[in-house]
Amino acid sequence: EETEPGREEEKERKKRRRRKRKKKESKTRTVRSNLLLPGPEAEKPQRSPLANNCLKTTKYTALSFLPKNLFEQFHRLANVYFVFIALLNFVPAVNAFQPELALAPVLFILAVTAIKDLWEDYSRYRSDNEINHMECLVYCRNEKKYMNRYWKEVEVGDFVQLRCNEIIPADILLLSSSDPDGLCHIETANLDGETNLKQRQIVRRFLELDSEFDPLKFTSLIECEKPNNDLSRFRGYIVHKNGKRDGLYKENLLLRGCTVRNTEEVTGIVIYAGHETKALLNNSGPRYKRSKLERQMNIDVLWCVLILIVMCLFSAIGHGLWVWQYGEKKPVFDVPGLDGNYLSPVLAAVYLFLTMIIVFQVLIPISLYVSIEIVKVCQVFFIHQDKELYDEETDSQLQCRALNITEDLGQMQYIFSDKTGTLTENKMVFRRCTVSGIEYSHDANARRLAMYQEADSEEEETAAKGGTLSQRNSVSSHQSIKVVHRSLSMKSHRRTGSRAEAKRASILSKHTAFSSPMEKDITPDPNLLEKVNECARSLEVMRSHEQSLSQLTPELSDIFDFFIALTICNTVVVTSPDQPRQKVRVRFELKSPVKTIEDFIRRFTPSRLTSGSNSSSSSSLTTSKSMPRLGSSILSSTSTESTLLKLEEKLAHSPQMNNNGYSSQQGRRAIGSRPEEGELRYEAESPDEAALVYAARAYNCALVGRLPDQVSVELPHLGRLTFELLHTLGFDSIRKRMSVVVRHPLTDEINVYTKGADSVIMDLLLPCSSDDPRGKHQKKIQSKTQNYLNLYAVDGLRTLLMHECLSESSIENREELLFQSALHIETNLHLLGATGIEDRLQDGVPETIANLRKAGLQIWVLTGDKQETAINIAYACKLLDHDEEIITLNAESLETSAALLDHCLLYIESKFSNNTINKTAGSMTVGFGPLSPPSSLVHSSLGLVIDGKTLAYALDKTLEDKFLSLARRCRSVLCCRSTPLQKSMVVKLVRDKLKAMTLAIGDGANDVSMIQVADVGVGISGPEGMQAVMASDFAVPRFRHLEKLLLVHGHWCYSRLANMVLYFFYKNAMFVALLFWYQFYCGFSGSSMIDQWYLIFFNLLFSSLPQLITGVLDKDISAEVLIGVPHLYKSGQKMEEYQPHMFWMNMIDALYQSLVCFFIPFFTYYDSEVDLFSWGTPITTIALFTIILHLAIETKTWTLLHWSSCIFSILLFFIVALVYNVSCPICYPPSNPYWTMEKLMGEPVFYLICIISPVVALLPRFLYRTLQGTAFPTQLQLGRQLNRLPPETRNQILNRLNIKKESIPQKPRCAEHSPQNPQSNASDCFKACNQTPPSQPSQHGNDPAFPSTTRAEHTTGLSVTASPPGALLSGGNKHSSMESMSVEETFPWNTTVDQSGFSLLNWITSTPLFSRFGRVLQLSPRRLQNEVQDNVSVLGSISSLHQDFKGLTGNSLKISSLFVNINSISPPYKYTSIL
Amino acid sequence: MAVNYNAKEEADGHTSGVGVAGGGAAGGAGKSRKPDNTAFKQQRLPAWQPILTAGTVLPAFFIIGLIFIPIGIGIFVTSNNIREYEIDYTGTDSSSPCNKCLNVSWNSTPPCTCTINFTLDQPFETNVFMYYGLSNFYQNHRRYVKSRDDSQLNGDNSSLLNPSKECEPYRTSENKPIAPCGAIANSMFNDTLELFHIDNETRIPITLNKKGIAWWTDKNVKFRNPFGTTNNLTALFQGTTKPVNWPKPVYMLDSEQDNNGFINEDFIVWMRTAALPTFRKLYRLIERKNNLQPTLQAGKYSLDITYNYPVYSFDGRKRMILSTISWMGGKNPFLGIAYITVGSICFFLGVVLLVIHHKYGNRNNSADIPN
Repeated sequence: EETEPGREEEKERKKRRRRKRKKKESKTRTVRSNLLLPGPEAEKPQRSPLANNCLKTTKYTALSFLPKNLFEQFHRLANVYFVFIALLNFVPAVNAFQPELALAPVLFILAVTAIKDLWEDYSRYRSDNEINHMECLVYCRNEKKYMNRYWKEVEVGDFVQLRCNEIIPADILLLSSSDPDGLCHIETANLDGETNLKQRQIVRRFLELDSEFDPLKFTSLIECEKPNNDLSRFRGYIVHKNGKRDGLYKENLLLRGCTVRNTEEVTGIVIYAGHETKALLNNSGPRYKRSKLERQMNIDVLWCVLILIVMCLFSAIGHGLWVWQYGEKKPVFDVPGLDGNYLSPVLAAVYLFLTMIIVFQVLIPISLYVSIEIVKVCQVFFIHQDKELYDEETDSQLQCRALNITEDLGQMQYIFSDKTGTLTENKMVFRRCTVSGIEYSHDANARRLAMYQEADSEEEETAAKGGTLSQRNSVSSHQSIKVVHRSLSMKSHRRTGSRAEAKRASILSKHTAFSSPMEKDITPDPNLLEKVNECARSLEVMRSHEQSLSQLTPELSDIFDFFIALTICNTVVVTSPDQPRQKVRVRFELKSPVKTIEDFIRRFTPSRLTSGSNSSSSSSLTTSKSMPRLGSSILSSTSTESTLLKLEEKLAHSPQMNNNGYSSQQGRRAIGSRPEEGELRYEAESPDEAALVYAARAYNCALVGRLPDQVSVELPHLGRLTFELLHTLGFDSIRKRMSVVVRHPLTDEINVYTKGADSVIMDLLLPCSSDDPRGKHQKKIQSKTQNYLNLYAVDGLRTLLMHECLSESSIENREELLFQSALHIETNLHLLGATGIEDRLQDGVPETIANLRKAGLQIWVLTGDKQETAINIAYACKLLDHDEEIITLNAESLETSAALLDHCLLYIESKFSNNTINKTAGSMTVGFGPLSPPSSLVHSSLGLVIDGKTLAYALDKTLEDKFLSLARRCRSVLCCRSTPLQKSMVVKLVRDKLKAMTLAIGDGANDVSMIQVADVGVGISGPEGMQAVMASDFAVPRFRHLEKLLLVHGHWCYSRLANMVLYFFYKNAMFVALLFWYQFYCGFSGSSMIDQWYLIFFNLLFSSLPQLITGVLDKDISAEVLIGVPHLYKSGQKMEEYQPHMFWMNMIDALYQSLVCFFIPFFTYYDSEVDLFSWGTPITTIALFTIILHLAIETKTWTLLHWSSCIFSILLFFIVALVYNVSCPICYPPSNPYWTMEKLMGEPVFYLICIISPVVALLPRFLYRTLQGTAFPTQLQLGRQLNRLPPETRNQILNRLNIKKESIPQKPRCAEHSPQNPQSNASDCFKACNQTPPSQPSQHGNDPAFPSTTRAEHTTGLSVTASPPGALLSGGNKHSSMESMSVEETFPWNTTVDQSGFSLLNWITSTPLFSRFGRVLQLSPRRLQNEVQDNVSVLGSISSLHQDFKGLTGNSLKISSLFVNINSISPPYKYTSIL
Repeated sequence: MAVNYNAKEEADGHTSGVGVAGGGAAGGAGKSRKPDNTAFKQQRLPAWQPILTAGTVLPAFFIIGLIFIPIGIGIFVTSNNIREYEIDYTGTDSSSPCNKCLNVSWNSTPPCTCTINFTLDQPFETNVFMYYGLSNFYQNHRRYVKSRDDSQLNGDNSSLLNPSKECEPYRTSENKPIAPCGAIANSMFNDTLELFHIDNETRIPITLNKKGIAWWTDKNVKFRNPFGTTNNLTALFQGTTKPVNWPKPVYMLDSEQDNNGFINEDFIVWMRTAALPTFRKLYRLIERKNNLQPTLQAGKYSLDITYNYPVYSFDGRKRMILSTISWMGGKNPFLGIAYITVGSICFFLGVVLLVIHHKYGNRNNSADIPN
């Protein structure tokens, strides 16, 4: 959402360019109704350029398949090479084989690929067909009504009617809706995956039509832009018959692929159809990435080419010499050329060179690419089939979108993860709250949540298949209603807390945004519920007795307001699922929604007049500013009292006020017939909001309706209250709060309810005087709340404060207040309470992270969230440890960043120069330990936190190296507030500079760039949609699935493929070497003793199956062990299975083996009567045996398939040979192997050779494997041994291992660490002294790790925030470039120290509490900005400035860019700022 | 940032995509995407997982050793029992009787003859095979090997008159097709060897059986004379000409009808191209007449050679070999020695591994895993 300005500029430029291009084309699309034109003939010429809605994604037609496919295949270099060789065979002078035969393998390969392409194309064709034959309602001129038509028949200019839950067939301009407001809700999950509903509006002028829309009367002309792929833009205008024009915007366009929701019927005209729809224009095919292994393999293929050339050259020279030695005396066996002339030695050599290329062509593994493709497809299949990567809750499994980088998964070194939605569920759950200083812990709720977690295991079986109804797939609207009913009934039955139920329900209610039962079913805290009831009861009593509200104790009134705030201070839309279009509403005569501030004010004026107060309209800006401060101390007590009294009177006297919603009868009814809780659904823009509304509903304070101008709330005993909604100040990330301005129906006062991040809100609070008892009380409440907030933060809860500002308390200057700026509404707030919302970590995230880290993966979290939130989540998911030292980099300029980086590096150097030595020495233990010494670079005790601004500097060309060298020394890196571009830059930096394998995982659109940059991009198919998934190579349902994906499948894929590739090289080299040796005995004439049929089909037929089976199925270590001993993953990172030298080792082995396989038959048959092919056939046989047995040595797991494939291969060879050798006495020249095999098999010598040769050939390798496995087993081999143990023993060992591993990092680095003497620790361990009270700034200077420059600055340092001074050390001196660094040493959490042991009052941490609203919300202020017109200055900037000023408390200085704030973030468990 | 939108996923939402539910209109209703829990799909097929360690492979080494050594000894003994006698009659040595014929050409008339006397120290008890051996003769040259027409040799009449192009440049001579065509046939070995037992200065000719030296399948299936109404080979080969180097046409190779023309066994044997430049080819059989006396007694023999075949130009060698054979063919100690050696090495390695196993033995099991 945040993009760097540069990027934005670029975008703009692009857009402009696009626009320019468009201008050159200078055409827009003109659409008119198809119903208008009299005859189809007239349309024809115009229609032709416009695509119809027929979808065609197939590449080929029946006719074009062959040429087109061949053309594509020849784009591959390898294919061209092999065809070249095959064609070379047709040249008589150089041909080695029968030309036709030589074509066979090439044709085979081409055919296999072609069949694969054909099959893919066919499946595309089928799916196209399926889509093309979906039906929709199209207006038919002849019938004068909507008729069912296939999608493919829809054309531009057609009128299409869509019912609820139907999928939109084309891009349609919305002309009519059954919704009275002319709205239509669509779900764009298919496009961007966002499951929340988006509003679309019908074209302005059609809204004013009173009668039903009639397509026949539609005579307007639509001018719009040419089809383009910009989903977020649509421009055009509609020209009515009377010549009037209306603009068209993207709000008017229904995009193909979206689903109509909550709207009974909509009608529109098709603007773009088929391939011109925005959805399809956005469609890009799968990307092709080359895996690391493949890159390495390609290098080795080049080596093979070199070897080939050397061998050919050698042979050619040999042949030249051989010819030359005979001189003029031509021997009988040297056959002259066709013309009877002998070739000169040189020419013979040249020809022979080409011949040899043909003969040795197998060295370049023709089938390698095909085999790899096959293997990868199978690997992908198996990954898909893994049931552990299946998520029941979303009924989704892992998707491999890139087919060719499976093995990269086994070599990852860095993981870059998004936070929200990736590590966390992005599901906000209301956990606890505090109201007026009293905490309601909601233990029952916590238990319920825990139950969800626990029930996880049981649910496996109970998860009812029937529950996963495909209601979301229903197309026909008739069906869908039924289905919705069904889902409803199911929901009403569901009351248990089982997670399986929850999952099912969440599947059912999928199309409602953010409303899994976990979020909805909040168990109220009994105490609070009691109080709420009490409050409601007393309110009712008061109402009936016409008493004032002031009878309520302040606490109760706070509680009351708290829930009102929870309920209405949001933008949640209420929908009811049983009717497609039923916004619950009590519509009353109020006007159109507030659009502008003037409007707002205009509306205020009459109310002021009616209130009849003696307002001084002359009250100036200044007074208004000061007024609330003064009036604030009066607080609600008196004023509320009086106004309420007033209200009560009014109520009695003016019955029309009942309109405002206060109606006892209505209320009673509402209580009696309280709707089932499942009935109302809340659609929120951000999950936080939904969570709060659901929480309020748990206390019977339910939001029942929201219109642009009013909010209805249903309260116990009181019934339905309708608040007139005067204004909404949307949430934005700068202000970090939102407010609603409402007229309270009970008091008829105008209230402002604000909610927002604590750090912001606390500053806006009403200052309370400590002398006044009331103020004292208030202050106490505030401090108590703050304490609780800190507690919440420790638990990783997102906190929001609820506030009420009684702006009506000084009704007189209300309008002036507004006149200045909406901002001032939000000042002088009265604290109601705070809520703690949990963005729950996904299941198993800490374990996954721990395991991945043990596997040697460095995990970086790149998040757009703010620092505090990110750090807390990082602690929660064990990314940061409590005994970890955290370096925080916050700098405001390039120079400071540079200095900071230098200091940190220096610091680390000094700190760890001796530490590491100890560490590596200490870890030399038995077993896995010594084999996996921790990478000395990575200090397990360092964490790096860097914010977006500093990151921008750190990514500067001059600093990136320093940044990297610092970052790679840290165990975990946390980048906060980073933009999508920064995310991708970080990934790119690591990928390019460290040459590391990077994996990026994320779930949202802001992660797309990072996902695309990384070597492997993983998308989480979460609620934030499919954008990340679309860009990714792999999509997993959950973060925890990454563990198995990497550790198990990654390892397997890597190890399998690496072994297969190596084997391939070996196999071909070994086979070709046999031929090479023979050249020494045939005058380098290019002759081969192996029958050309064997030669050509050896790779293709006889030896291919076993290696494929092994490549697909071989499992060196079982999944349990791989998960249990994550260290094994390191083998992939270090490329242990396929190192460059291994290629050469294999080549040497191949050389040796071929020597054996050649010379044993050679000596056996030396000087005998054996003929060429009777001698070559045993060699072929031996080679086959050797090759297969070699594979057998390399195969780690023998399943039935392995056995059968090996046996099948050998049998196949013999069968083929036997059949081939009897099939035809005169065929197959020149070998003409008639009866050769039969005769050989009658001779004992044949068997004797076949036995001894493989044994001799494989002896070295076998011995090597044995010795190495015995004496120097690799980790993998140990893992395999572990594998073989009986399960119980294995589990024991695994457990022991894990315990051991965990115990290592717990080793305290500073033995003397103890909470009792933090000061001494500070100096001992070079600790930066955040704990140091501000009165001892010199302490910083004492720290030897810090340069003296820091000293000065601390003395001048200005504590600017309300938080304790130790927390935020900020250099306040504006123009001196200063830096400070404080690295905080934290203590391992001592479990023996009970949390309650701390004095909460003293527990004032530096952690400014965090808040986060969904990013969706951030749109609203922008919208607001547009609405707020010139007379009011732009809100955003004011608010941010305002906030900044706030921070400086009266300091009027501008904050310069040199402001340095290098503060160390304190982890939750720490002792700071003890007063 | 452009949103990727995959048409395919729109198409079959049921196979991919989580939120991509919309398109699944026709998609499987109520069908969960949960993968099947089968051993194959979950990669849990029952498997044998051998681990190569000294302990596990020890027996294999001993077994190989124990099997190979006896086999080797058996082969070695068998090979040693084979009697073999070899004479190089190329005549490169000036003392050799055949020295005079060294520069003979293909069609020299009269033919050069020479006689070489030799002595067999030990009798040859069983059937004796008489070979001619050539060295440094590259019968496996690529173009040489190809230079034949199998269908012509199989008696195909059309090929007889129109031989394959592979035979070039030995395909036609004087505008007549050559029968048999090609370089192999053209270079056929044409020395005549006769063996005499010299018993008290008298030369007793030894019966050399010229039939049964070729593969049965070659003689009866692969090689056939042209088919015709007449049995007269001269008529059948009408229209063809002899190979350039041959003194006489193919239908005059032998007097006997069933050993003449393409089915002449000497010709068939020659046509089976040797694998290596040093080779021998069966020339004649000397069958044991009765059980009372050996096939070839120890004593003096003389070999009469009609020296026609020029090898000197390419440094070739010509040999005559007399040999008995065993179940494993001719005399060749290599295989036996190889088996014995490999067997011994394996046995030795077995011992080494045993030591290693004892040394590292306790590392090989679960104890290996740190605890």
